[in-house]
This record gives sequence, structure tokens and C-alpha cells, in this order.
Amino acid sequence: MNKFMEWVDARFPATKMWEEHLSKYYAPKNFNFWYYFGSLALLVLVIQIVTGIFLTMNYKPDGELAFTSVEYIMRDVNWGWLMRYMHSTGASMFFVCVYLHMLRGMMYGSYQKPRELIWIFGMLIYVALMAEAFMGYLLPWGQMSYWGAQVIISLFGAIPFGLGDVITLWLKGDYIVADATLNRFFALHVIAVPLVLIFLVIFHIIALHEVGSNNPDGVDIKKKKDENGIPLDGIPFHPYYSVKDLVGVAGFLIVFFAIVFFAPEMGGYFLEHANFIPSDPLKTPEHIAPVWYFTPFYAILRAIPDKLGGVIAMAAAIVVLFFLPWLDRSKVRSIRYRSTAFKVLLTLFCIAFVVLGYFGMQAPSPLGTAISRICTLIYFGYFIGLFVISKNEKTKPVPERVTS
Amino acid sequence: MSMKNFIAAVALALLPATGFSAGAGFPLDDANIDMSNQASLQRGARNFVNYCMGCHSADYHRYSHVARDLGLPEDLLQSNLIFTTDAAGEPTKVGSLMFNNMNEQYGARAFGTMPPNLALISRSRGVDWLYTYLRTFYKDSSRPIGVNNLVFPDVGMPHVLWELQGERDAVFETVTDDDGNEHRQFVEFSQLSEGSLSPGEYDAFVRDLVNFLAYLGDPVKLERQRIGIWVMLFLFVFLGVAIALKKEYWKDIRK
Repeated sequence: MNKFMEWVDARFPATKMWEEHLSKYYAPKNFNFWYYFGSLALLVLVIQIVTGIFLTMNYKPDGELAFTSVEYIMRDVNWGWLMRYMHSTGASMFFVCVYLHMLRGMMYGSYQKPRELIWIFGMLIYVALMAEAFMGYLLPWGQMSYWGAQVIISLFGAIPFGLGDVITLWLKGDYIVADATLNRFFALHVIAVPLVLIFLVIFHIIALHEVGSNNPDGVDIKKKKDENGIPLDGIPFHPYYSVKDLVGVAGFLIVFFAIVFFAPEMGGYFLEHANFIPSDPLKTPEHIAPVWYFTPFYAILRAIPDKLGGVIAMAAAIVVLFFLPWLDRSKVRSIRYRSTAFKVLLTLFCIAFVVLGYFGMQAPSPLGTAISRICTLIYFGYFIGLFVISKNEKTKPVPERVTS
Repeated sequence: MSMKNFIAAVALALLPATGFSAGAGFPLDDANIDMSNQASLQRGARNFVNYCMGCHSADYHRYSHVARDLGLPEDLLQSNLIFTTDAAGEPTKVGSLMFNNMNEQYGARAFGTMPPNLALISRSRGVDWLYTYLRTFYKDSSRPIGVNNLVFPDVGMPHVLWELQGERDAVFETVTDDDGNEHRQFVEFSQLSEGSLSPGEYDAFVRDLVNFLAYLGDPVKLERQRIGIWVMLFLFVFLGVAIALKKEYWKDIRK
């Protein structure tokens, strides 16, 4: 075995990579529950790719055949239902993991210097993931697929200078969402965006391993090293975190497969009821709502009375996250040692995000719009408030070493 | 479509949803189905092919899968539950999809719109909706087909099961709500002629039918849950092993 590895290592840095990224990558020893979601997001990516490959074998990206081919997968293909339910559940669980992973970053200041690029790569992953989910949702070609795509694509029509209609036409490849749209979304969903996602994930991890992981204390573990240059509070990722993440994987899979086997529709949140009706360009469903992971942004869109204004606000809600590393001017990373003002701001932000998500699912109502407007203000208020308070924030002393 | 047009379309589409409070808001009865009751599913299949399939197709699903899942021998199903013929005029084979011979043009001409495929209707409408819908037809001479429905007002479908349930009239009263708007509110049914089934038998007939529709919508449900229990058991054992492994490795890490 040793001889074999020597042979390989002389030609490919296998051992070097293994050590750099796993067996000699020193991670802080005080990771908590919140640190599971990065590896879990990676697990879901693998689940999506593997189940996606099997779905592609029987799916037909054709306006006449798409809906039927999904039912063929569900009924006639051996274990097709399992692949399909794993893929649809995986889509939602991907966002669960990513949202919790992002919240972790916001709580512990993981985006702060020197981890700005990790955050930027992460945000790019998030945007690519939204594109991936949106295009994947068109493929079953049900009523929600169809009309959801119609709504989202029509948003580009808000672009001024006569460009809006040109761009929506270009995106759809037809005057309405049609076979041409389905075909290109299929191509983008199964090849283009996944490729981008995989590269971004690699960059995200390379950037992380270059500067090292943050931790719940926000302490820089590289400041205190032993005589061998190993951080005193660092432990090798493998085997310590590989076995710990295995616990996370087991816990996650219990939730994941409980949904797949016992509640694949999740009460209409993961698979919407109206999507069991084949798409019909002549019949608008009673109530069009995106899947839950888009609804906070959809609520922001609807909260603004002006069409273009709404689209700008929705885009800004995502773009502003990219600037988080520079909006937060605090010297302290972790919420553990930050001011009450920061804790209040972040709590309000989380509440606003969830409330927006709820009202984005509901049919528009005067009360819902009013609450959505308040929450939109809170959402953007977080970033403004953070910029203001973080400059001269009254923080608690940060310990020299990580706490247990 | 511009956003303005689009929002207008959505608003229009939403109006009936909030407007027909007698429809969307009509309280649904609990279908109370039991998919593990194979006898009920078999009766439901009989009801379905006899009363629904003349107009409604279910051609995502195969007869042979019905036979397999409902514990029916294929030859029995072939001789008792298949009434259609294929393109060659031969009786439809048991391995084929549950299609019928109604075409889109005829369906649209006869009913205003093609009767929908029912294979997934339990998943888009829900079983309680179906159970209530099939039991709330009433005579309404203002409608082209002479009947109306409480759950789905102005529906294009005739009361196919009227011989079983008998003809019924619906009694309405006009009520004024808090905002001063008048609404027609359903009070009760009055039986005009006896059906061949008693009300209790009719409910059971519809329940069996809805049970079969639920099966058609999600045929793998029972098998899925059966496998799911084993998967859960395995994962809990796996979780236990993972925790033990983690503890063993982490013994030497000083907090």
C-alpha cells in the first residue's frame, strides 16, 4: 500500500491533499450544533446529483411528455418514486441547510476578515442554488411549475428602456412559457448550473481551508500554536470532525427519510397540490405562490406597490448580503461577545425573514401586505443598523483561547 | 405578459376563491378512508370503472398495477373491470394504461371542458374535498345539465351517481353578514326521489370510490410507509453507532 501511494504521490498530490484538507487541517475544537450544516449541505448536493442522474434517465423534457414522464417515473420505473421524492425533498432540505449555515455565519461573524471571500463564494452558491431550484421546479410541468415560472420570468419585464420585453422573450424562447422554455431550463438545470455549483463549492472550501475555520467564540486559533506550529485549540478535521459530522449525517437522514417515506408532500410545502395538475396556459391557478424557500423574497416583491420598485427591492435583498463583510465593522466576531443591540438586530432580522416567508405563501391581503412592509423595513434595517452600531460597538472581552 | 396584466390575471383568479364562500368555504366532511382496507379499494375500483371512466381517464396508471396492489388476479380484473377497447378494437389489455375513449374535442363539446384525468385528483383536490363533492349535488334547473354542486358551484359535471343517491333539492336562505352584504347560505337537502342506495350506503359507496382515488394518486403509499419503518430503524441504529464512534474518538480531546 505504501509503495502504491508513493507511486501515486510522485505523480499526483494525493497524500498532500488528504493531509491539507482532512488529516492535517486543524479545525477549532469547539464547533457546536450550528457547524453541522455545511457538511450536510454538501451531502444534499451529492443526493441531488445522484438522484438527479437517475431521474434524467426517464424524464422527458418535452411540453407534451414531461408531466406524464414524471408519473411514469412514479409508477412504472423501479424505485422511481424513491428517486423523485428524494430529489424533491432534497431541494427543500438543501435550502434548510443553507439558511441555517448562513445564519451560523451571521451569528459568529464568519464572514468577517479574513473570510470575506468564503462568504462571497457562499453567496454565489446561494444564488446559483436559487437558479437551480427555480429551473428544476419547472420540469414536472404542473400548474405551479408553469405559472410560477411565468411569474418569475415576467419580473424581468420590469427592466426599463424597452429591454424588459426583449429579455423575457429571450429567456422564454417563446411568447409564453412553452416547450422551448422547458427544454432550455432542463439543459441549465442538469448541466450548466450544477457545474457552476460544484466549482463554487470547491472554491468555497479551498478559501475556507486557506484561512481556517472560524468558531463559536470567534477566536483566531492560529494565534496560539504549539512548538510544532499546530494551533493549541485545533484538532485534525479527520478523524475528529469526520466522525462528528457522521452523527450530524445520521440525525439529518432521519429527518430527511422521515419526510421522504411518510410525508413527501410535507402538507403541500415541498410538493404543492396544484402541481399535480398538468400545466395549462389557459387556466391560471387560484393562488400562485413559489415554494417556501423563495417566499421571503416574494413577500418583499409584493410589499412594494411599484412593479420595478418591487423587483429592485427583491434583488437588493439578496445583493445586500454580499456586502455583509463590509457592512459589519465590528472588531468582535461572535454573538457571544457582542452588544445587546446586535443580538436584538439579528433576532428581529430572523423573525422578519420567517414572517416574510409566511406571508409570501399566502394570497395577498391588506393585513399581509402591511405586515410584509414592516418586515421588509426590518430586513433592510438590519444591514443599516449593523453598519451604524458596529463601528463603536460596546463588546465584551473576547477570551484568548476557545471556551468549551 | 406584463406584470400589470399578470397581477390582474391573478386577482381575477383569486376573486372566485374568496367570492364563492359557499364553495371554497363549504365545510368539508372527513372522508375517513383507509388505504389498507383492500376490500374497500376493490369496491372503489369497481365503482370507478363503472361510473367514472366513461368520461374520466386515469392513464398514468396501469390496470396490472391495480391488480397487483389490490390483490386481484389479473384475469378477474380483465374480465370484470376493463370495459374499453384498444385502437384495434380488441379489449384493452391488463398491462395497458387506464385510458378511455373520450377525446378532447368531444369532452369539451359535451361538458364545456375536457373531464380531467383522475389519476392525480386526490393529490390536487384532497380526499375530503372529493368525498364532500360527490355527496353535495343538487337539482338546479338554471344549469345546462340540471344539477349544481355545493363544493364546486357551477360545475360542468352531471350527477353521475344520481340513481344511487336519488334526486335532491337544496334549500337556501339569505343571510346578511356583519358588513351588510347578503349571502345565499345552504340550509339542508330535501330528497325528491329515493335512490337505490340508502344515505348510509351511498356514503360508503363514495368513501370506497374516494379511497380508490387516493390509491390512484399515490399508489406506492403503503409500500413506502412499510419500507420507511425499516429505514428509520436502521438510521436510529446508525445514529447510535455514530454517537458511540464520535465519543470514542473524542475521549482524548481536552475541553
